[in-house]
Amino acid sequence: MTEPILSVTGLGKAFGGVRAVDGVSLEVMPRETVALIGPNGAGKTTFYNMISGRMKPSSGRVRFQGRDITGLPPHAISRLGVSRSFQINNVFTELTARENVEVALTALHGRAFSLFRPASRDRRLLAEADAVLERLGLRPLADTRAGVLSYGDKRLLEIAIVLATRPKLVLLDEPTAGMTPEETRHVTRLIRGLAETGEYTFLITEHDMNVVFDLADRIVVMHRGRLLAQGTPEQIRSDRAVREAYLGEEESA
Amino acid sequence: MNRNASAPSASVAAGAAARPSGWRLAVPLSLVLLLAVLAALPSFAPYFYIFVVTEILIMGLFAASFNLIFGYTGMLSFGHAAFFGMGAYTTAMLLLHVELPLVWALLASMATAALLALVIGFLSVRLSEVYFAMLTLAFGMMVYAVAHQWRSLTNGSDGITGFLLRDFGLGLDLQLADPAVYYRVVLAVVAIAAAVLYLITRSSFGLMLRAISENPERVAFCGIDVRRHRLAAFVIAGLFAGLAGALFAPFNRVASPDMLHWSQSAEPVLMTILGGAGYFLGPFFGAAMFVLLETWITSYTEHWMLFLGIALALLVMFFRRGVLGTLLDRMLRR
Repeated sequence: MTEPILSVTGLGKAFGGVRAVDGVSLEVMPRETVALIGPNGAGKTTFYNMISGRMKPSSGRVRFQGRDITGLPPHAISRLGVSRSFQINNVFTELTARENVEVALTALHGRAFSLFRPASRDRRLLAEADAVLERLGLRPLADTRAGVLSYGDKRLLEIAIVLATRPKLVLLDEPTAGMTPEETRHVTRLIRGLAETGEYTFLITEHDMNVVFDLADRIVVMHRGRLLAQGTPEQIRSDRAVREAYLGEEESA
Repeated sequence: MNRNASAPSASVAAGAAARPSGWRLAVPLSLVLLLAVLAALPSFAPYFYIFVVTEILIMGLFAASFNLIFGYTGMLSFGHAAFFGMGAYTTAMLLLHVELPLVWALLASMATAALLALVIGFLSVRLSEVYFAMLTLAFGMMVYAVAHQWRSLTNGSDGITGFLLRDFGLGLDLQLADPAVYYRVVLAVVAIAAAVLYLITRSSFGLMLRAISENPERVAFCGIDVRRHRLAAFVIAGLFAGLAGALFAPFNRVASPDMLHWSQSAEPVLMTILGGAGYFLGPFFGAAMFVLLETWITSYTEHWMLFLGIALALLVMFFRRGVLGTLLDRMLRR
């Protein structure tokens, strides 16, 4: 029996009296692609925030590769191999696409305190940055300031930054949000390709059910801060509680 | 190619419109020319201008050190004079009591200023935006108060005077008491310091700072300890501000509490915004405009503060990215 790469037990977060996440336990196995779905306000982003170190949990533990990472700062968690993307575009608009990727690579290679060596002369870093961009089809835009990239390209760059940190566990927060159907298909293909390399474990939140059923090995449903159901896509599709949560009541964040 | 339909022609166009290659040579060439003119200045300009340009160079370095944390890292410090003053006092006291060659006093000043920046920075960089600005202002005022009150050490409001400039050190036979010689020393030191600062802004570390200024949280999620980088930038900025102060004390023949006053902290802020925080040389340009305006207006009226204020307000209103920044933006069509 292999060890889970991510093991969350009894994770909870309360804001005042509101329990945004309420005692969630979840295990993710290496190389698995797990989709985390649920209505708006179900607590998915809060859940991500606690795993990635942006928020400290009120209760529960997070273990990554057997190591307790509960409450570690984001940079420490990132260095261990957990990287996340953001729901909104969160790229460095004043930097070029290549520099965006370099920021992540610099941390990876411990060059962040390299004071006098021009970043533009670091051949190895540049080549590596270009390789990451190539993988996402962004190579032709390497020298473009990220601020003027199209919305879809910014979303891709967001993923490029995540991949550049060489994560073992990738948390994608609505990677196709706001994309055109064609861009969505492109990103879906891309993520599937990455998953098939066997280098990554994905935890993905997504509203587009086509994307979810297309990518996920396993689906986890959150509702009102709790785990409602989990199972294979087929099991989830036919689950009554899930249908009720989605169809019975409309709630918003 | 998997570029999809919505891949913007705008993105590609903007990438292609990067600066024309002719400018690549123009910048270093004009810099060399400028340095040559500055080096030759004492041979044709009267002493008055040598004094003015010496002050511009020192204040330019002070402002450029400030811009490492302001323009590059996105932290607005209102206490930068603490390090300038620390450098000035260190040099003045070493020259007075120990009679060291100048170069060692300069290095010692950088060390003491960096140490002070380490302490103040350690307590300040965890805060962001306006809280950081207020805390640095508060620490700056505390350092001022110490210099003002601790009469036995600092001689209070009179400051440290009566020190003599002997030799420069390093076996160089320089008559530092001659303003033209001192000016050239300042020019050389400032040029070297500026080159080092520039190198830092272009390094991987500099890239981290620029990324932090835009989105510190995203940088943290890339695995980078944002606070340590902010602190490092703060200490480097303090170190170079200390060097500027160390050059200023012998130039003014005094190290006084004025150099630590919060209004002294406002000067690099004004100079940087005036010149343009987006370009490395912006603060130097701003310092030149500031000192020249001040000199020029004081020669006409004693109400110089009023007119300087009006001139600064107009310049800031019409040159949003600073005078040099706006001009360069226009030339390079950024």
